[in-house]
Amino acid sequence: MKAPSFAYAKPATLAEVFDLLERHGDGAKLLAGGQSLIPSLNMRLSSPGVLVDITGVTGLAGIKVDGDTVRIGALTTHAEIERSPEISRHLPLLAQAVKQVAHVAIRNVGTFGGSVALADPAAEYPACCVALDATFVLASRNGERRVPARQFFKGIYATELRPGEVLVAGELKATGAGYRSAFLELARRVGDYAIVGVAAHAKVGGGKLADVRLAFLGAGDRAMLAANAAAAVDGKAYGPDVVKAAQDALAKDLAPPADLYHSSATKLHLARVLTGRALAALAA
Amino acid sequence: MEHTIQTTMTLNGVAVTRPIPARQHLVDFLREEMGLTGSHVGCEHGVCGACTLRVDGRIVRGCLMLAVQANGRKVDTIEGLSDSGELADLQRAFHEHNALQCGFCTPGMLMAAQDLVASRPQATRDEIRDHLSGNYCRCTGYHAIVDAVEEVLISRRGARK
Amino acid sequence: MNARAELPLHAPGTQVDKGYIGQSVPRPQAKRLLQGRGAFTDDLRFPRLAHVVFFRSPHAHAKIKRLELTKAAKSPGVIGVFDGRAVAEYCSPWIGVLAHLKGIKSPPQYAIAIDRACWQGEAVAAVVAETRAQAEDALQLIEADWEPLPAVIDMDEALEGKRVIHPDLGDNICFKRELDTGGVDEAFAKADVVVEETYRFGRHTGVCLEGRAILADYNAAEHTLTVYHATQAPHMMQDIFSRHLNIPEGNVRVIAKDVGGSYGIKVHVYADEMATAALSVMLRRPVKFVADRLESFVSDIHAREHKVKVRLACTRQGEILAFDLWDLTAIGPYSVYPRTSGIEGNQVVNLTGGPYKHKQYRARMQVVFTNKNVCCQYRAVGHPIAVALTEGIVDLAAAKLGMDPAEFRRKNLIPDDAYPYTFASGIKFEKLSHHRTLGRLLELMEYQQLRAEQASLRKKGVHRGIGLAAMIEVTNPSPAFYGVGGARISAQDGATIRLDPTGMITVLCSVTEQGQGAEGVFAQIAASAVGVTIEKVRVITGDTGVTPYGGGTWASRGAGIGGEAVLQAGRALRSNILDIAAVILNLDKAELDIVGNEVVSKLTLESKLPLVELGRVAYFRPDTLPPKFQSELTVTRHYTPREYGFTFTNGIQASYVEVDPDTGFVKLLKHWCVEDCGTVINPMLVDEQIRGGVVQGIGAALFEECLYDAEGQLLNGNMADYLVPMAAEMPDIVCAHIETPTKQSELGAKGAGEAGTAGAPGAVMNAINDALSPFGARVTSQPFTPEKILQALGKV
Repeated sequence: MKAPSFAYAKPATLAEVFDLLERHGDGAKLLAGGQSLIPSLNMRLSSPGVLVDITGVTGLAGIKVDGDTVRIGALTTHAEIERSPEISRHLPLLAQAVKQVAHVAIRNVGTFGGSVALADPAAEYPACCVALDATFVLASRNGERRVPARQFFKGIYATELRPGEVLVAGELKATGAGYRSAFLELARRVGDYAIVGVAAHAKVGGGKLADVRLAFLGAGDRAMLAANAAAAVDGKAYGPDVVKAAQDALAKDLAPPADLYHSSATKLHLARVLTGRALAALAA
Repeated sequence: MEHTIQTTMTLNGVAVTRPIPARQHLVDFLREEMGLTGSHVGCEHGVCGACTLRVDGRIVRGCLMLAVQANGRKVDTIEGLSDSGELADLQRAFHEHNALQCGFCTPGMLMAAQDLVASRPQATRDEIRDHLSGNYCRCTGYHAIVDAVEEVLISRRGARK
Repeated sequence: MNARAELPLHAPGTQVDKGYIGQSVPRPQAKRLLQGRGAFTDDLRFPRLAHVVFFRSPHAHAKIKRLELTKAAKSPGVIGVFDGRAVAEYCSPWIGVLAHLKGIKSPPQYAIAIDRACWQGEAVAAVVAETRAQAEDALQLIEADWEPLPAVIDMDEALEGKRVIHPDLGDNICFKRELDTGGVDEAFAKADVVVEETYRFGRHTGVCLEGRAILADYNAAEHTLTVYHATQAPHMMQDIFSRHLNIPEGNVRVIAKDVGGSYGIKVHVYADEMATAALSVMLRRPVKFVADRLESFVSDIHAREHKVKVRLACTRQGEILAFDLWDLTAIGPYSVYPRTSGIEGNQVVNLTGGPYKHKQYRARMQVVFTNKNVCCQYRAVGHPIAVALTEGIVDLAAAKLGMDPAEFRRKNLIPDDAYPYTFASGIKFEKLSHHRTLGRLLELMEYQQLRAEQASLRKKGVHRGIGLAAMIEVTNPSPAFYGVGGARISAQDGATIRLDPTGMITVLCSVTEQGQGAEGVFAQIAASAVGVTIEKVRVITGDTGVTPYGGGTWASRGAGIGGEAVLQAGRALRSNILDIAAVILNLDKAELDIVGNEVVSKLTLESKLPLVELGRVAYFRPDTLPPKFQSELTVTRHYTPREYGFTFTNGIQASYVEVDPDTGFVKLLKHWCVEDCGTVINPMLVDEQIRGGVVQGIGAALFEECLYDAEGQLLNGNMADYLVPMAAEMPDIVCAHIETPTKQSELGAKGAGEAGTAGAPGAVMNAINDALSPFGARVTSQPFTPEKILQALGKV
């Protein structure tokens, strides 16, 4: 399984990256951590003419807290997120989720931006970003634009990224007082892609859950925000009836595609189970 | 057309410069060009862990890194870490517990085990299993590997006291 | 010369010192592997080494209408591109049948398919190039026109035979067998309780971490072929390369270097490996092939695709009266050579019900061809199926009677004093220890406490299950397995042992090493037999040019058969050494012994002559010895079991699980195995073989299946989608031993390599069903995925 031949460039600035993307068009692929791209090359699933290695571009890594915004540079590795005190303190949902990403050796190299830009429906960060209503910063020759996560993911491996654009950062609102997070996923083995997972976030107080967000991974062609299930719980006193209402309402939010081992019905069932467990974790 | 890039890396402590095809992954480069056949190829899609190496002090999948991406970086293989003695206590524990049979997963497993022992000195058996969860072994069933790593953790903790 | 050693191993009256036998000595051979300094076949470098890759059929069944190879041939670095006809000029086809499997049939198979591809992944062309990458580049330039043919995928459709894969054969039945003791219908008619269940077993595969690897090096000047081959059976391959490539046997040398796991996968003849050897002959240079992971999934043998209906009849006191089974199993489009793909089904017939003392048994079994990958023997061959069926239906009967499963087994296990015993299927047991092992298991796992814990946790909504699986296992086979059918597969092995001048011992043995510790075990036996310390022993295996002729490793025969040859050779060498010592020292041989690298006085243990000195004299100063005296410091002995066709062992396993009834997930809490494999030479190595085997069985029970769609496309042929057991999900595995040595050898060792895999799936299935019993739910289709458990619970 040897990759096909390709050229390789490692620009030092974003301007050079844009040049290369313009010059090569579809024939260029961006290489960040490579943990998803390189397997696909080894399996000859794609045949780019040139790999543009952006890991040499300065300013794209690092976690910065500015007021109540946490900016995660696209080249921040999963391991850096896992180790980050800022993420622990301000984005506990992400801190929980990152532990589920693959294995240590992959986390040391794979990046936040790479995972978001790949948009695998079973990936952890897209669901977290959708739950937290994050914003992605996309840069091009023409400048920067910001796209909400809830609009960014369009389908399997499909995003808002236009040709010539590079995802440079994610901006997330620091978790406020009274808010709690729970990230739960079901996988046959530690580190596998989730069968189904949920990124849950809500304001908890007085036995009630408010501003509830439930974003599912592995339950659609992209991270799915379960608005009906959240509405069933929002502002209500936490209890078994309310949980059941949310689980029932989930059928309006999710029509999960079957995978190799699980039918659509099984996935929906598991999503319901995770809903119950996530709500319990939030309310605990 | 083969595109080669002049690449310099520090390999087991020694500076090495070679023109490397852009498409060649790091473990293939080490095996084919440098004769360091201790790192193994098991799947070439990053799942089995047989190719686990250390780059800039962190464990990585050698099959998921282009060799040209090791430019300017420090690469450590099983041969280097054996000669330096860094893995000696793990190797001895593995030997005494028969935590290897065919040996194909062993270099990668030792890399991952060393990463654990160095970064999580208080790890429990479950945490050992978790940290090694990305390294496939078909021969041992993992129990002896966990025993060996646990013994090293205990002895390193004792040595620190 | 085949004179037996003149002296007993120890003088009468002295304390028997077993030396290293029974000790958990770490394997000397592991040291190089720990440093990444082993030598696997893909590590070898040769001048002019070429690499071959294969153009593989994307269709399950198709005529090859046109193969356009010229563009590929012009690709950079390419040495040549070849189709099936070109390779057939150098390699003759084979047929995977044996005479003792009556009626077995299979069409001829070529090294590279000609005119028709019969499974997705079958090689239809070969590209040889300077590098693997260049060969793969060229592959993409091959153009092929196919005429897809109807593919036979489903086993029932294959049996029905509306579409026959090989019209010349008339139907899709490769092999069928029926066995009937008589009296079965009567037993069922008079039984108080009859239980019936149908079990399904998903096809799965070995997933050796080292891909299949072969490097063939033909020397045109000498008409010799040296093959570096990751194989379990080098002599068998020597014979096969010789016959099919038309090279005299003595001109073929097969060398197995370090092998990265095998488990039966690497004991078979693969078309692409034969093609590799043929290409080396054709091109007159070394050619290497290593199966990468994607091609491994579509070309390494698969195994264990069965659907079995079982019925059990018993009295209301719980006495089993009869078993009745119908097994349908699906293989690929060819019976694999030379061991045939009929053996696994045959074993299901032989072994089902094996631990129990009922007399009535009927079995019908059919092996059908399909257009999926080829299938053949994989670790524990047939046993995982037979044990799961037996132990599953036994648990069902026990449940129906409201009887504790351990108690039900105790009532029915063959008594420990009933041997020798002939089982209902005709297989003969020398001596087993079912009751002792059951007792030890229940004690080890604290069975009653676990039952109490289970009961109290159930009240809290935590659902745990305990599953038992009693088993018998085939080891140390005689020619009854293959030889009697005409296969040139040796059931005997030999060991040459030599004292070198500095007092070191070199052992050459025809049994091979794939990590299980054969070389370590032989070092222990040799050191014990001769009287040296273990670091003085070197063991060489896996080279037909160097070792005696033998069978290699399979069917758990290495320690029992190879070990006995080493023991006998060692004893003979000891005797020869003492002959020399006697003349050097001018003492009576009967007064001498060898202990700790020295010739000593047997009575006082006083050192008389170090072996290093004896070696110097024997090799360099024979002029100082009596005129007619000749030293003989190299001895060879061979051994094959003669009394029993198969040396059966017995064991019993238990699994303790927790099932989450909301998600269907199974957590493995713990696993136990009590095994009787006779004399245990190295307890640590046996335990580790069992543990590895158990986890492989767990893989089959919970995770592993080669998933095919209706068109015969393999859907999950990569490591992300095909799930193998990893460390986080596996339990600790407790092992214990009972030792009932076989009397067929002095060593008394039976085999142990496959026992773990034989019993684990049955134990795990029974544990899951035990956990589900309050819900009235049962699962019978492996692997037991969360979805299947949720379906059984009625949740989806």
